[in-house]
Amino acid sequence: MTALTGLSIAAVRDGLAERDFTALELAREHLRSIEKARHLNAFITETPEIALARAKESDARRAKGKALGPMDGVPIAIKDLFCTASVPTTAGSHILDGFTPTYESTVTAKLKAAGAVMLGKTNMDEFAMGSSNMTSYHGPVKNPWRPEGREKRDKDLVPGGSSGGSAAAVAAGLAPAAIGTDTGGSIRQPASFCGIVGMKPTYGRCSRWGIVAFASSLDQAGPFARSVEDTAILLAAMAGHDPKDSTSAPVAVPDFRAALKKSAKGLKVGIPKEYTMDGMPAAIDALWKRGVAWMQAQGAECREVSLPHTAYALPTYYIVAPAEASSNLARYDGVRFGLRVDEGGTLDEMYAATRGEGFGAEVRRRVLIGTYVLSAGYYDAYYLKAQKVRALIAEDFRKAFEAVDVLLTPTAPSAAFAIGDKMDDPVAMYLNDVFTVPASLAGLPAISLPAGLDADGLPLGLHLIAKPFDEETLFRAAAALEEACSFDAHPPGFGGSP
Amino acid sequence: MSYLVKGERGDWEAVVGLEVHAQIVSNAKLFSGAATQFGAAPNTQVSLVDAAMPGMLPVLNGHCVAQAVRTGLGLKAKINTRSVFERKNYFYPDLPHGYQISQYSQPIVGEGAVLLDMADGSTRTIGIERLHMEQDAGKSLHDQDPGRTLIDLNRAGVALMEIVSKPDIRSPEEAGLYLRKLRSILRYLGTCDGNMEEGSMRADVNVSVRKAGEAFRTRCEIKNVNSVRFVMQSIEVEARRQIEVYESGGTVDQETRLFDPGRGETRSMRSKEHAHDYRYFPDPDLLPLKLKPDYVARIKDTLPELPDEKKDRFVRDYGLSPYDAGVLVVDRASADFFETVAKGRDSKLAANWVMGDLFGALNSTGKTIETSPVSAKHLGELIDLIADGTLSGRLAKDVFALMVGEGKAPSLLVDEKGLKQVTDTGAIEAVIDQVMGANADKVAEYRSGKDKLFGFFVGQVMKASQGKANPGLVNDLLKSKLAG
Amino acid sequence: MSLDKATVRKIAYLARIRVPDDALDGLARELNHIIGWVEQLNEVDTTGVEPMASVVDITLPKRADEVSDGGIAGEVLKNAPEPVVAPGADGGFFAVPKVVE
Repeated sequence: MTALTGLSIAAVRDGLAERDFTALELAREHLRSIEKARHLNAFITETPEIALARAKESDARRAKGKALGPMDGVPIAIKDLFCTASVPTTAGSHILDGFTPTYESTVTAKLKAAGAVMLGKTNMDEFAMGSSNMTSYHGPVKNPWRPEGREKRDKDLVPGGSSGGSAAAVAAGLAPAAIGTDTGGSIRQPASFCGIVGMKPTYGRCSRWGIVAFASSLDQAGPFARSVEDTAILLAAMAGHDPKDSTSAPVAVPDFRAALKKSAKGLKVGIPKEYTMDGMPAAIDALWKRGVAWMQAQGAECREVSLPHTAYALPTYYIVAPAEASSNLARYDGVRFGLRVDEGGTLDEMYAATRGEGFGAEVRRRVLIGTYVLSAGYYDAYYLKAQKVRALIAEDFRKAFEAVDVLLTPTAPSAAFAIGDKMDDPVAMYLNDVFTVPASLAGLPAISLPAGLDADGLPLGLHLIAKPFDEETLFRAAAALEEACSFDAHPPGFGGSP
Repeated sequence: MSYLVKGERGDWEAVVGLEVHAQIVSNAKLFSGAATQFGAAPNTQVSLVDAAMPGMLPVLNGHCVAQAVRTGLGLKAKINTRSVFERKNYFYPDLPHGYQISQYSQPIVGEGAVLLDMADGSTRTIGIERLHMEQDAGKSLHDQDPGRTLIDLNRAGVALMEIVSKPDIRSPEEAGLYLRKLRSILRYLGTCDGNMEEGSMRADVNVSVRKAGEAFRTRCEIKNVNSVRFVMQSIEVEARRQIEVYESGGTVDQETRLFDPGRGETRSMRSKEHAHDYRYFPDPDLLPLKLKPDYVARIKDTLPELPDEKKDRFVRDYGLSPYDAGVLVVDRASADFFETVAKGRDSKLAANWVMGDLFGALNSTGKTIETSPVSAKHLGELIDLIADGTLSGRLAKDVFALMVGEGKAPSLLVDEKGLKQVTDTGAIEAVIDQVMGANADKVAEYRSGKDKLFGFFVGQVMKASQGKANPGLVNDLLKSKLAG
Repeated sequence: MSLDKATVRKIAYLARIRVPDDALDGLARELNHIIGWVEQLNEVDTTGVEPMASVVDITLPKRADEVSDGGIAGEVLKNAPEPVVAPGADGGFFAVPKVVE
């Protein structure tokens, strides 16, 4: 049992500075926990040699008095959607079998330059398409949380998705932090299911260069950690303008951590009335109301706002995202990298066989939906229509933000469900993202933090949304909420405990 | 005079539109920093972005935008200050992304025009529909390996302008004139080198036929024709094919065809059973391209004098015929060469020397204006030597031939070879006396009426003076001496 | 708008994804279910609304016209399933089943 695997980034930073332990010791302990937790299947590729090498380099720098910053020596897990040089990158898919990038994504390059220690590439829904991690070619990920009810205890639960492996790794204490991507909720929803903090920055805040693209106008890299402060530290190391990404915003990265120190006094919090949905579980509704009370206790002013087009966000997303994906995934054709299924036929047959076999069912469905909604005769009715509704959704938020600084909603419509559930109906799975998708469509920064447990002892998250490039207000509100909820539960096995 | 194809049952008119793909002159590609030069080893001018590796993203080359705007202005076209890059989605091995970044519903340039200088001296206007920017595809090699097609992505991502004409062209001749004028304009602007052999300019030819006065009928597209001559031939061949179809009671299907110059026919492209559905949508990795008015204005200020304007000025200021002016302005280099020669000199003489002797010499030595063995300065000096009487026209031609061979200044050559013309009447008279003396019998014959012998005497005098005697003086003096 | 088997086959071809004949009906059902669900967007009045052109409010950045990339044939071909490189040669090719034009 070791205390080293339960530490926050802030504590690691301080411990390394105080010479309480070395980066090498830290890396070794984390690698050991990863080995012991392989049953979770949180990692697709473990990178112990890289981790130890980087940890040694970190210690050497520190010995010379040249420590880089708060992330120097901090072990992190990387979602397998980020291209990492000389390390296999699969995007959770069979079609990228054997693909080893010769290049490093901008975000992971920045983390490397900040001294972070990569433990491995985490499991994920294939091509980031999913909310459960069940569509991964490399098998599902088990949520380290287990339900408390006696009959339910043997059920394995999903960690959420698509960044399920990253969320599970952080929740289980296999890493103090991890990075993922969020397109419709793929960081926030698994954070909620796993009882940790997960954040999607403003679209354009982090570079997309080197991240396997799913839906270009929605994808954003973001941090997972066990505290709001840690999330801010990690985001600061990830963010920044990248001239190689034309959608990267040329804006300075503010001092996110300074924002944490501001109190919530006078903050105006909007409660969107349309987020109260039919059939919303009582526990979620109750938690949301508790969230309102907590914010008020912290000095914030809460009021109802209206986002009239909320109900149309999910169908809008499920037109726009598959459309972009159908085009982004056309490059997976067996010609230049990855799987090739050549049965001796024509080129077209090779394409069809490779993609038919290389893509899983959910990816195939979405690529076909995407192809359909862009096709001749249907473009106006579906894609163009969806982009118009998207503009209305963004306008709803803009108007609401004239009156309030931040919005408070639940993160997910349920706690983690069992592996194998909701597989019969794709739409049932899509509904997991009902609260997270609207902020994605509008490109807004949003965060999920663990706020309570349901009757089965499973974590539930609360979700805050802020204005474009106003992560500072987001962190300010999140820090206040975190303090008020004082969530300190952990799943069994966390930090080496039984 | 209109071009009509005589069918079995009446006359048909050809209706032609040209889509020209012009490679933009730039150092790097449209959305990546890889080089664009022709002829490099395979896949050595390919960025990871061009190869469509996972996670790669496009970044627009600003110079290519300026080149497209410049071209639009040169075509007297409307510049659209807001345009959008869209993805054209289809599968082909030389298209690594599975889509081409192009512009569909909102191109950077709108309607414009190209003037054709017809053979009879009239001008005809061919409308331009639009111009947009797009990526070129890579190259597929089908004949290197029996069972495999090899792919070279060097060309993938190179910036192209697609210039679409309106279907205003009515004959192979007009098509040829259009392509040559377009190429001339692009070369003047420096936005495309118009080199069809190297593939930096290619044409897709849209052909349909109709009886005079009818609405447009179905057209076929002949893809990737890579010479002006082939464009003209393919139009003729395809028009005839379509007429035969109609006259035998059939209908022409809209399809894509290839021109086979060897067989002199067009062939249907044996590809896709299903029609292409390109599923155009705005590229989400890019944003709309917005141009400020002063950006366009600044480019407009830097436009050179274009062929049409230069031709008009040559006619006006140098008194050249429209035909001669037209020939001289095709290439800016030729036009500049002419002007250097003509400055302060007899412009018609200058035009004759440039278009006749100089162009002839370039042809026979396989050189271009840029690599001309005779410089404009030297040619001008030669003309000066004629004007001041140092050389006769005939001697000047001899000196010119030496200039072509040795590249030296004419005055140098005249001195070296002693080629000054002789204008000393006394000296010429002496030669004439000598010739007449040696040919007394012929003198007598001439005097008795055989006028044709005059040429014989001229030739003998010129020979005796090694061609240096001033021909005018020879004529006058001979006449008077022979007259007795 | 309902997708029939023939439409699914056509879309699968456009997307170059092989779908076995016996899977077409099931797939058509799934896709119809999803399309039916997204069609609720027809309830929204979008008259006069401009489609969202970009999520982030910035201008399209431009690069200088400099050769800053390429010359990495080895990297470009590294992950190819069937690269064609002659020994000692500069560069190389990707190879695919022969295409007949």
